[in-house]
Amino acid sequence: MSGYLSLWEQYGGQMLAAFWGNIQLAFYAAVASLILGLILALMRISPVPSFRWVGTAYVNIIRNTPLTIIITFGVAVLYGVFTWQLSSDFNLNFFQIAIFGLAIYHAAFFCEAIRAGVNTVPQGQAEAARAIGLGFFPAAQNIILPQALRGAITPIGNTLISLIKNTTVVAAGSVAEVSGLMKTMIEFRPDQGILIFLTIAMFFVIVVVPVGLLTTYLSKKLAVAR
Amino acid sequence: MALFSKRKTMALAGAAAAVALSLTACGGGGGGSGSGEGKIRIGIKFDQPGLGFQDGSNYTGFDVDVAKYVANELGYPADKVEFVSSPSANRENMLANKQVDMIFATYSITDARKERVSFAGPYFVAGQDLLVRKDDSSITGKDSLSGKKLCSVTGSTSAEKVKKDVPGVQLVEQSGYANCLGLLEKGGIDAVTTDDIILAGLAAAKANHGKFKVVGAPFSTEKYGVGLPKGSDKCESINKAITKMIDSGEWKKALEANTQGTGYTPNAETNPPKPDACS
Repeated sequence: MSGYLSLWEQYGGQMLAAFWGNIQLAFYAAVASLILGLILALMRISPVPSFRWVGTAYVNIIRNTPLTIIITFGVAVLYGVFTWQLSSDFNLNFFQIAIFGLAIYHAAFFCEAIRAGVNTVPQGQAEAARAIGLGFFPAAQNIILPQALRGAITPIGNTLISLIKNTTVVAAGSVAEVSGLMKTMIEFRPDQGILIFLTIAMFFVIVVVPVGLLTTYLSKKLAVAR
Repeated sequence: MALFSKRKTMALAGAAAAVALSLTACGGGGGGSGSGEGKIRIGIKFDQPGLGFQDGSNYTGFDVDVAKYVANELGYPADKVEFVSSPSANRENMLANKQVDMIFATYSITDARKERVSFAGPYFVAGQDLLVRKDDSSITGKDSLSGKKLCSVTGSTSAEKVKKDVPGVQLVEQSGYANCLGLLEKGGIDAVTTDDIILAGLAAAKANHGKFKVVGAPFSTEKYGVGLPKGSDKCESINKAITKMIDSGEWKKALEANTQGTGYTPNAETNPPKPDACS
């Protein structure tokens, strides 16, 4: 037990700082990928065939590419070969490349979550909107999306949860975050063994469980009564 | 749960438990008694050229050569040796769970590790060094690193050490040294840092031949030991085998063969090492 407490003394501050990094990654990536996902979903339900085609192609390509590959691509190719500099600060640059990769990847899933919500809106709603003279965007904005997003809360919540956990993958992209720190702790404090792993897992449980409870609550509260 | 009758729920729970049990049985089986009588299981790295490397069905490298020699001295000829991959983060657990009998995997002897495992050796003393492009003469050691971009492996001792020793260092952390070498070749970074013999092994690998050089200014000492389960009685005989290997010249031969063509010579002050007393 005293060994475990000394682990906290040695790495407690660093663990919190590193996990804060994960939260920031998750936050920025969630905002960016939700916006991109919404645009993609609109493309996929739009009446223009080429937009639909682009949206479908994006989702099918990105969704079937492992996230590790996307992150490694960011560092090895975008930074390594094309010397991409999103920021002049060395470490911030990798942080931003990581957010970029996370957003690109999860946008495909948010798009599908939103599209699942759109499918819960009866066809008649869209037809009625068209009958009273609304175009695609006014209909989407006022009729379809308000109902669709309420129906999509659970799948969006699921994607958000996997996004939070996937932030650990960006350790492959040279970002200071908690799974990289876990490797450091295992390297320097092997005496604590599996407790290190369980401690890091607890961090994620503490953050992810409330997100799950909140989305369950909201999906009931905001459900569209039909 | 209204979907299921109580009986169905119980049956499901039972099925889940059965699956969980069979999974644990599987996990243990790999390292359990199923691997044949009279064999010795040795943990090595599978992805570290020059030290422990899986090349088809063969294993090459300095760690592998020392492991084979020691195993032979202990009465296990080559056909009784089974090599197992032991990545850095798993080494203590693999020894504690008896998945391997000993580990030769660039395993530095440290006090924190001694709390969970025992060590024989050291059989080599490495030092943290730098690997640069062959035509780069601007980096001569730790003190010429300001403004340079470095690469090392996430969570490794080398990464932590260079962060501490060179304040404000620009360090890219990757999941393996191969990724670092890719960045070094393309010019994204200026140097890769870790133990000198690991760097020499990387530079000696066929695909990298003639592209990189080891700077040769080590700034730490890492004593590579043989990891053993806590309280093992093999330590004395392993130390005897290591001493014999060094005295017979086999040790030097193995080292030279695995770092050929890189201009690398190990730190002569600390090599060849004298094994520590067994605790």
